[in-house]
Amino acid sequence: MNEGDSQLETESTIAVKNLTKTFNDFVAVDSISFDVKKGEIFGLLGPNGAGKSTTLRMLSTLTRPTKGTATIGGYDIVKNDTEVRKQIGIVSEKMIMYNRLTARENLWFFGSLFNIPKAVLTKRIDELLELVQLTKWKNAQVGTFSTGMRQRMNVIRALLNMPQVLFLDEPTLGLDPQSSVEIRDFIKKLNRENKITIIITTHMMVEADLLCDRIGIMDHAKIVALDTSTNLKKLISGKDTTILSLEIANLGPEIIKTVRALECADSVTQENSAHLKVIVHGEEAFDTVIDAIRAKNGKINSIENLQPTLEDVFLHITGHQVRDSVDQKIPIERHGPFAQQRRIR
Amino acid sequence: MGAKTLLSHSLRIAWKDLMELFRNRLGLVLLILMPLFMMVMVGFIYPSNGNSIHNLPIALVNEDAGYGNSNIASQFIMSFQQINSQTGMFVLSNASSMSDIKDKVQRGDLDGGLVIPSNFSASILSGKQGTLIIVTDQSNPQISATIQAVLSGVFDQMGTMLARQNVEQTLNPAINASNSLAIVKPYNVQTEGIVSGNPSYFDFIAPGIMAMTVMMSVMTGLPVAISQEKEVGTLDGMMVAPINRLSIILGKTLGQTARGLIQGVIILALAVGLFGVTIHGSILLVFGLLLLGVFSFVGIGIVITSFAKDQETATMLMMTLMFPMMFLSGVFFPIQQMPWYMQDISKVLPLTYASQALRKVMVLGADIPAISTELTILVVFGVVMTAIALPVFKRMMTR
Repeated sequence: MNEGDSQLETESTIAVKNLTKTFNDFVAVDSISFDVKKGEIFGLLGPNGAGKSTTLRMLSTLTRPTKGTATIGGYDIVKNDTEVRKQIGIVSEKMIMYNRLTARENLWFFGSLFNIPKAVLTKRIDELLELVQLTKWKNAQVGTFSTGMRQRMNVIRALLNMPQVLFLDEPTLGLDPQSSVEIRDFIKKLNRENKITIIITTHMMVEADLLCDRIGIMDHAKIVALDTSTNLKKLISGKDTTILSLEIANLGPEIIKTVRALECADSVTQENSAHLKVIVHGEEAFDTVIDAIRAKNGKINSIENLQPTLEDVFLHITGHQVRDSVDQKIPIERHGPFAQQRRIR
Repeated sequence: MGAKTLLSHSLRIAWKDLMELFRNRLGLVLLILMPLFMMVMVGFIYPSNGNSIHNLPIALVNEDAGYGNSNIASQFIMSFQQINSQTGMFVLSNASSMSDIKDKVQRGDLDGGLVIPSNFSASILSGKQGTLIIVTDQSNPQISATIQAVLSGVFDQMGTMLARQNVEQTLNPAINASNSLAIVKPYNVQTEGIVSGNPSYFDFIAPGIMAMTVMMSVMTGLPVAISQEKEVGTLDGMMVAPINRLSIILGKTLGQTARGLIQGVIILALAVGLFGVTIHGSILLVFGLLLLGVFSFVGIGIVITSFAKDQETATMLMMTLMFPMMFLSGVFFPIQQMPWYMQDISKVLPLTYASQALRKVMVLGADIPAISTELTILVVFGVVMTAIALPVFKRMMTR
């Protein structure tokens, strides 16, 4: 595991040790360990089916780990689950609210499960509704809300018990860009002003980059890299790796094949009909690529030296693209009374 | 966590479920329509007695030409027509022959017929038995049995009248009218029910449907309600709160029970108001029994909940269990008319005992000692099933 920056050693709120979850013979999370520092926004990044949501469900006590454990605020997620629940809030990709109840009724219902005194709860509900500008709609049934409004409701519902740790599972999934920005800003604000430790899962590289202090990249049930976004990018943009975007007027299969065959090329991706993205290493790499293309009569219109993105990092570490692994990794859910243990999101 | 917090969380969950129910207009309408349909259908299709069968078309063939100058057959037909005009049971017409009747039955114009053979008068007047032939439509056993039974009854009555006349003539004047009846028909049968009045089929099915609806609401409503919340994701919202897992299942049960009882009250109101059912026992005992029925079914409901992964599975499981229960528990048909192996199955279904006890209380005005066997069975069943269900449920919640 990459422990590069944690020398500062601030107090850690979450400590995960060898956390494992298997569904029958399928390993959803394979012995992962990491720490989340107090007040940090920690991201779990990876394709669908990598095990992010299962990790989150285990940490939020919704699923019991097969092996290993974790502590949140010093409490064990298995032995002290009730104490853990008092300290956490969860925003799931599914909206946790009842469509036929009004905004207030929903918040009142979930709040009442936390034994919050009535007067305190009433005040808190009003404040939270105000915070996300839903006061006007507090007596309207949630079923009539737009997706953006519903997601804002979904987030404040998780804040009713003033959690120290907030889990967010794909919080912007299915939202339009504007709503996504709103939710992200809100998450940042919660983290800064209320000092809430936040763990977020996402398959969107940009989102992880924008939000997270540190990012754990998950693939095939394991954490394959863990660091700050800047440090992760250094993994590839270091000393002798270069990312090139080439615009070639007569880009064809033969040119791509030739570039792929080069010893210095780590990855070659055709972006569209005229653009080729090449990650190369070595001092002469730049010239080698251009020579190879010219030798095949390729007409290079422009060359750009790109800054690495998290996507490049993912590609570099796992050897495949994020979207590649989407389909092949989701196991077929079995039906029938004896297959209910399988639960993969 | 104390019992008080457990209960207060349960009540919140039940309240929430009922709020959702009351906001669902269509659902509310169906809540009333479903039992209404069931009562109307079953009540009218399987009537309590033959009274509702009327106007069956049958044809008469009179081949009898008389004997001497008297024709017994015409007298017979006249008194038959007279009796029929009082009951309205048959619509009488004439046919030319036996084969004419057969043709008309095959075409569907007739449900049956009556043939008086040519030697009818001759046989009777010469001191022999007169023969009558009833023609029935065998493709419809129920109607054919009814015609047979009613006609036999009518002829029996007419035979008695004839016999009395003969006795009076023979022994005249040593005998009076009431003595002649005693000689011809020495037995007079009277039927006496346990309660006053004449219970209809509705009195039979109303308690059964009530018991069924209320108990099913827990057995099937519970799995559907929980698996739906699981599917939508709202169950996570409750699971992540620091509450006892039991309060989730208890709250859901309370909500479903309330729903079932509301339906039970609707059925009761319909039965009394619309179908003329009279309740002879205590209403309090009726509701006590319904609650006990719910308790005996909670365990099964929880087990199904633990097995049902999604709403679809829950609904399918529910259908699979509901149909045999409905027909095997004697809700619609008496258990006594089933084959022995089915009777054995019905003996292990709690619904059988709940509807039986409820029927005893509602129709016969039974009190608690009179239904103690059923009560014991329901309590034992409920305790055993709950004891099995709770560990299963706890495992399901923490997997």
